[in-house]
Amino acid sequence: MTAEVRRALFSFLVELVVYGFLIAGYFLLVLHLLGPSLGQIAKDHIRLYALLCVVLILGQSIVLESITTFLLRLLRGRSE
Amino acid sequence: MIAMFFPISGAEINPVYLAVLGFSIGLMGGFFGVGGSFIAGPALRALGLDWNFAVGTDLAHIVGTSVVAAKRHRALGNVDLRLGLIMALGTIAGAELGAQLIQMLKRAGNVNFVVSAVSIVIYFSVSIFMIWESSLTLRAQRKSGRKKSGKEDETAFRHVTSWIHRLKLWPMISLPVSGIKSISLWTILLVAFIGGIFSGFLGGGAGYIRMPMMVYVLGVPTHLAVGTDLFEIIISASYGTFSHALKGNVDILIALVMQTGAAIGAQIGAISTQYFAGPKIRLAFVPLPLIGAALVLYTLLSGHKL
Repeated sequence: MTAEVRRALFSFLVELVVYGFLIAGYFLLVLHLLGPSLGQIAKDHIRLYALLCVVLILGQSIVLESITTFLLRLLRGRSE
Repeated sequence: MIAMFFPISGAEINPVYLAVLGFSIGLMGGFFGVGGSFIAGPALRALGLDWNFAVGTDLAHIVGTSVVAAKRHRALGNVDLRLGLIMALGTIAGAELGAQLIQMLKRAGNVNFVVSAVSIVIYFSVSIFMIWESSLTLRAQRKSGRKKSGKEDETAFRHVTSWIHRLKLWPMISLPVSGIKSISLWTILLVAFIGGIFSGFLGGGAGYIRMPMMVYVLGVPTHLAVGTDLFEIIISASYGTFSHALKGNVDILIALVMQTGAAIGAQIGAISTQYFAGPKIRLAFVPLPLIGAALVLYTLLSGHKL
C-alpha cells in the first residue's frame, strides 16, 4: 500500500468518524423533534406536506453536501 | 442503536441500517448516474415498509442523492445544464404516460406480470448491449495502442450516433459542453420521453436506460452523461416526490435519514469517476440492471414480494 493510498484511507476514516458524530446528533435532535409535527402535517395538510417533502430533501442535501465538501477539503487539502 | 419510530409510515427501523443503505446507493449513484431504485425499493420493503411507501420514499431519497452527486459532478465539469433542462421536460411527459399505462394494466388486472416481464427483458437487453459495446471499444483501444483516459471517450456505436446527429429535424441545437455541434431537439426529447416512460412504468429514476441512451444515441461522453443524468433526475424525481407525497406514499423522515449516508457515498462515487475511462465505467455499469432483473425474476418465480 503506497503512502498516498494510506493517507487517503486515513483521511476518509477520520471524515467518517467526524461525519458520524454530526449525524448521530442530527438523528437525536432534529429528526426526533421534527417527527411528530411532520406526522401531523401529513395527516391534516397533505399539499403542505408534499411541498415540505421536496423542500426538506433539497435543503438537507445542499447542507450535507456543503458539510462533506468542507470535511474533504479540511482533511485532504484544497485540491479536492 | 435501537430502532427509531417513523410516525408517517408507522414503521420501526434502525436508522443506522437506513444510513448504510443510503451510503451504498449514494456511492453507486455518484459513480454511475443512477438513482438505485431497483435496489432501494426492495431493500426498504425488506426493512418492513409497505410497497407504496417504499416507492414514494425511494423517489424522495433519489432527489437528495442526485443533488449531492450532481453538485460534485458539476464541480468536475461533468454537467451539461442545457441538455439536462431539455431532458427534464421529456422525462416528466414520459413519466406521466408510463403512470397512465400502469393504470390501464391495473384495470386489465395483469399489471404485475406485464411490468415484471418488460423490466426483465429491458434490464437484460441493456446489460448485454453494454457488455458487447464496451468490450468492443476496449479491445479496439488495446489493438490500436491508443489509451484513452479521464473524460476522453469513444464508443463502438459511434457510426449510429453520427447518423443520428445528421438527421435534420428542425429545430437543430448545439450542445457545446457535451461536444455536440448539431442535434435535433426532437431527438433529445424523444430519448428523455422514453426514459420517462420507463420511469413511470417501472418506478424510480430509470437512469439504467437513460444514461446508456445519452451515450449511444445522443453521443454524450460517458462522464457528462453520468453528471447530466443526475442533474436531470433532480428535476424529474422532485416532481415524482411531490406527486407521490400528495397520494400519501412518502415518509420523508426515512428519506432524510437515508440521505445522511447517501451524501458521503455520492461524493466518493462522483470523485471516483475521474479515475476511470468511459468504456470501463460502462462495463462496470453492467451488473446493475442484472441485479434489478434478478430481483424481479425472484419475485415473479417465488411469488414473494421483496
